[in-house]
Amino acid sequence: MNNAHPNGISPARKKERTLDIVNRGLGKRYRAERRFRCYGLLAIVVSMVFLSLLFISIVGKGYSAFLQTFVKLDVFLDPEILDEQSLATADYQGLVKKSLRGMFPDVAGRRDKRMLYRMVSSGASFQLRDLVLTQPDVIGQTLPVWVPADDDVDMLIKGHFDRNVDEGQRRLKDKQLAWIDQLSSEDRIKKKFNTTFFTAGDSREPELAGIWGAVAGSFFTLVVTLVLSFPIGVAAAVYLEEFAPKNRWTDLIEVNINNLAAVPSIVFGLLGLAVFLNFFGLPRSAPIVGGLVLALMTLPVVIIASRSALKAVPPSIREAALGVGASQMQMVAHHVLPLALPGMLTGAIIGMARALGETAPLLMIGMVAFIVDIPTGFTDPATALPVQIYLWADSPERAFVERTSAAIMVLLVFLITMNAAAVILRKRFEKRW
Amino acid sequence: MRKFFTLMAVVFLMIALFGSASAGSGRDYINIVGSSTVYPFATVVAEQFGKSTSFKTPKIESTGSGGGLKLFCAGVGVEHPDITNASRRIKQSEFDRCAQNGVKEIIEVKIGYDGIVLANSKKAAPLKLTRKDIFLALAKDVPDPKGGEALIPNPYKTWKDVNPSLPDKAIEVLGPPPTSGTRDAFVELAMEGGAKSFTWIKAMKKKDKKAYKAICHTVREDGAYVEAGENDNLIVQKLEANPNALGIFGFSFLDQNLDKVQGSYVDAVEPTFENIAEGQYPVSRPLFFYVKKAHVNVIPGIKEYLVEFTSNKAWGPEGYLSEKGLIPMPDTERKEFHDSVNALSTLTSLK
Repeated sequence: MNNAHPNGISPARKKERTLDIVNRGLGKRYRAERRFRCYGLLAIVVSMVFLSLLFISIVGKGYSAFLQTFVKLDVFLDPEILDEQSLATADYQGLVKKSLRGMFPDVAGRRDKRMLYRMVSSGASFQLRDLVLTQPDVIGQTLPVWVPADDDVDMLIKGHFDRNVDEGQRRLKDKQLAWIDQLSSEDRIKKKFNTTFFTAGDSREPELAGIWGAVAGSFFTLVVTLVLSFPIGVAAAVYLEEFAPKNRWTDLIEVNINNLAAVPSIVFGLLGLAVFLNFFGLPRSAPIVGGLVLALMTLPVVIIASRSALKAVPPSIREAALGVGASQMQMVAHHVLPLALPGMLTGAIIGMARALGETAPLLMIGMVAFIVDIPTGFTDPATALPVQIYLWADSPERAFVERTSAAIMVLLVFLITMNAAAVILRKRFEKRW
Repeated sequence: MRKFFTLMAVVFLMIALFGSASAGSGRDYINIVGSSTVYPFATVVAEQFGKSTSFKTPKIESTGSGGGLKLFCAGVGVEHPDITNASRRIKQSEFDRCAQNGVKEIIEVKIGYDGIVLANSKKAAPLKLTRKDIFLALAKDVPDPKGGEALIPNPYKTWKDVNPSLPDKAIEVLGPPPTSGTRDAFVELAMEGGAKSFTWIKAMKKKDKKAYKAICHTVREDGAYVEAGENDNLIVQKLEANPNALGIFGFSFLDQNLDKVQGSYVDAVEPTFENIAEGQYPVSRPLFFYVKKAHVNVIPGIKEYLVEFTSNKAWGPEGYLSEKGLIPMPDTERKEFHDSVNALSTLTSLK
């Protein structure tokens, strides 16, 4: 640089010092540098804008799902209806209807009454049943009970329905609007935190639907995936990296592993259907099969990450261990593996995060299904979080739109937590040489 | 390090044991597969059934009518589904296949009707179509407008070209892909119905059934008909953004989105709940489900599920299914199927 040759094209420039040439070009070089940085910055800004658009649209649509409209009913728990012998099967729906009629005594006619009953969720009667079954001594009293409002009422209170359109085009009729206004003037309508959303399984009534079933399903699936893919992946990586001879066979295996990492996930679903369901006869829709399929899918990712973590351990460590008389296995187990483990775990967590967000392979093995009961084991029918999002996005009821977005938010929280855990692990434990 | 590996090995073993132990035992929940059109109705019944009885809530997979029947007919045994939903009747080929695999006793239950609507955004005026207009606008080959019994590739670009009383707007229809039961029913009821208004095409049905079907059931592929996927919510959103487009979907989606979209009149009948129930609206189809009789006393709860589904509080005119958009059957037909379910009478042949 400092010895740059005068280019010799023009003799007049011969006396020019190198520094002058450098100084002359300096402005241009600085500008180019600034431009180059701007391009990078621009790329970041563009991707941030898209990301924030995504977040804004999801959060904007979904935050209201964390609140649910409740209606306060004064229910008289009639001892005549609530017979000791048949508490579980008594007519709780009738109690709810009766208390609604009590609040609006001037509603007459079959049609109007049906419209009135439709204001509260069909879950109200089950809520009453649970109340009576857990505290039988409330029978005979008149209790104020907050029950979930019907999804149409909920949507109106949250402002997702327009009041001002023609009556024929509204889900709620003028009379129902008047009742809602009366209820809210009596402080009988309130938005509360939607605990159902976090504790219930799927439901066709938006106000009763929750993500807990899907979360449990995802958990069981991921446990199987982790337990299978991590040990197998690490063992494969250790063998390929530390023991295997370098020949055509290992090259072939390496190409195949890299190839598998790029295979579309639906292919693994088809494989799972053919092998695990049709050949081994495992149950459909079970997390154990989902876990097996996702383990196959994440295996290449884990192997590749583990191999690069092993490669990052300097050869001097290996040589030193062998030099003081450690066997090959001791060298790997005592020295190389502990040093490579943070990198391997990072790879495994990132693979898990990918598995958590996967729906396509689950479609083939029957995990895309309507399942209300919360799965309690590896063979119970279950769905997964992204599948729940897909199913809700396809439901006709308007109230599922916000619940879809809310479920996406929950999924994103899980993904961010997992990826952050990967970063923290790497930051805290990874040694650099 | 060694501890870590031992722990992993133990967990792995436990899971392997646990998995194999419970995989071998029987099933204590009902396994339902089938049509995505019946899915929203079957799920409501299943949920109600699960909450009000001591049985587990049935598992329902939306596989499409054809996919459901394929799984259903694969055999008898706990690994096969107990019930399949269908948005059309079982075909002879499927019935034979079932019998071949040992599924000889099938109970057929018709649950009600579904209307298929052509809807557009409220921002535009509602269209008043006939089935003939639909056929001419959407078929791949149409009769030569100059007359005669010749077919030419569909020349129509705007609705006005099809029928001078319709608006001068480009034909743009968003509808389901060929794998969908809605699409099957739509081409059969709307397009074939329209094609029949040409007497020479109608006459072809007897002579050359294949060619007749090809004319009636082939949808144009030059961009006027856009396959919008199976997600009907997406179609509604697209219609809202584009007032010139028309969308094809089931009545329940129209019912839930009446503030955004409106159904087009077909043969001067508006797609309303009452018109479909009375059989006035021409583009409506029956919905079914099929039950494996051999499973009835093996899997707990099947009989009770059938009772719940065929009760008036579910499928009756005032029942909770009608709130979800199912069009109930007339009283006599309901009673007929209710009785046949009670007697567990099986399908002997397809009439």
